[in-house]
Amino acid sequence: MTTLVSVLYIVAFVLFIYGLMGMTGPRTAVRGNWIAAAGMAIAVVATLLLPGMGNWLLIALGLGIGAVIGVPAARRVKMTAMPQMVALFNGVGGGAVALIAWVEFRVTTGYEDEPLYVAIASLFAAIVGSVSFWGSGVAFGKLQEILPGRPVTLGRLQQPLNIVLLAASVAFAVIIASGGRSEWLIIGVLVAAGLIGVMVVLPIGGADMPVVISLLNAFTGLSAAAMGLALDNTALIVAGMIVGASGSILTNLMAQAMNRSIPAILAGGFGGAAPGGAATVSGAGGRPVRSTSTADAAIQLAYAGRVMVVPGYGLAVAQAQHAVREMADLLEAKGIDVAYAVHPVAGRMPGHMNVLLAEADVPYEALKEMDESNSAFPQVDVSLVIGANDVTNPAAQSDPSSPIYGMPILNVTSSRSVIVLKRSMGSGFAGIDNALFTDEKTAMLFGDAKESVGGIVEELKAL
Amino acid sequence: MPIESIAILVLAGFVGYTVISKVPNTLHTPLMSGTNAIHGIVLLGGLIVLGHGVDGVLNKILLVVAIAFGMINVVGGFLVTDRMLGMFKQRPGGQRSGGRGAGGREGGEQ
Repeated sequence: MTTLVSVLYIVAFVLFIYGLMGMTGPRTAVRGNWIAAAGMAIAVVATLLLPGMGNWLLIALGLGIGAVIGVPAARRVKMTAMPQMVALFNGVGGGAVALIAWVEFRVTTGYEDEPLYVAIASLFAAIVGSVSFWGSGVAFGKLQEILPGRPVTLGRLQQPLNIVLLAASVAFAVIIASGGRSEWLIIGVLVAAGLIGVMVVLPIGGADMPVVISLLNAFTGLSAAAMGLALDNTALIVAGMIVGASGSILTNLMAQAMNRSIPAILAGGFGGAAPGGAATVSGAGGRPVRSTSTADAAIQLAYAGRVMVVPGYGLAVAQAQHAVREMADLLEAKGIDVAYAVHPVAGRMPGHMNVLLAEADVPYEALKEMDESNSAFPQVDVSLVIGANDVTNPAAQSDPSSPIYGMPILNVTSSRSVIVLKRSMGSGFAGIDNALFTDEKTAMLFGDAKESVGGIVEELKAL
Repeated sequence: MPIESIAILVLAGFVGYTVISKVPNTLHTPLMSGTNAIHGIVLLGGLIVLGHGVDGVLNKILLVVAIAFGMINVVGGFLVTDRMLGMFKQRPGGQRSGGRGAGGREGGEQ
């Protein structure tokens, strides 16, 4: 490595770290992202300046294909589909690591004449990269609803099978490290690791998905760092490890926001416990559901003093955020105080809902975090729950048999009345019933969230 | 010797740990997306192996795919993060000074 390249790498590290620091604050985040991107550009250019580089045409081809696919994908993706896009980008990163490890095996004929640490690092990268690629692929499929969002499990066979797969991939790796030369061995490593990725993510319920994506993100970082050890490249080591470490912390923070532990999430089965959910509903005494109309809802809102909007993923898929904003404007014009109670995991990722509401020009100050919202609910006249379900489910506090028991929720039932906008009586992403819908304070307004809110807007204008 | 590499590895781990100790919930998703873009650094691995020359068509194909994957990870990651964060742009005193679109410029300081 020449001095120039080393210096450029160091500049890139500084930019990565400075950029990431910026990304932890709302005001500096946009700039932080571009600073990190500049660091990446410098790292790429520096690598191309390494002595003895060739194959320029193929390099240009790879970079070109990547740019042609990546740029439009990132530009066109809808804000609601953001989580699966992140999963996809993470997956291809892991896939790249796995492919490079495979080629490393091929060009060194099974790490012949290479120090042992190179073989170990490269094989570790192969395993983790492959897990990340296939795991992210399944996560993408689930969020995109190509695959069922509900947990798919093998029941009791699940854990033993995962352990067998892990043992198999490690065994293949050990055979390679101790002198195995057959190419089938590395293919075995990649396939077994890929199956682990599939089998671990498949049983995980939708609500836990963001945490899993974050975890796989950290994995890809670690695999990149391992690849850096194998290739003796400091840029890969530093950037990969920073992502590995920060990704792990982030995963932990997300899990904490949902009151879930990472081992519990990986053990799977969340939302699969139908018996617990069923018990909740019968426990509610089969109270009839009270439904309301847009006209009634509009009147109820117009005579309220304080309205709290509780947005959820249903609002996002119906693209109702602009209609909600219009409704809030009309209410505010009547002197009604409108705020938004944003659960940390509203939408499909922490912060996802803030993004969607900000897109509709909802002022940042009107967004209340969970604790603030919960202390405000007793003074709220009408809580308008739009397409949110699990984050308002009282079973999380009252029913220890519920799969989401212990998750912090928004206490909408402590407000004076509740209107729930929902497409149907279907259960939420976690696949469990919600006693809120049969609560005596609750009126249900069935229909597409955007149409319902639009209807309320029309009624409010007519009042 | 790998000992220096391992030292760098450990120190980088601490950097990552310290940088992300305190983040508001709101920024979890953009931050995940941003770190996601950074591990696109694996792109360099593909560049190094391919750039220093490999024989065989399959090797070349695999590496071109790896580079394309890394590139998707990098450009897609940073662009998506920017789009997410663009939604958070501050609007000074309620006036919306069309600060969307042009990503480079900062709309207004508060």
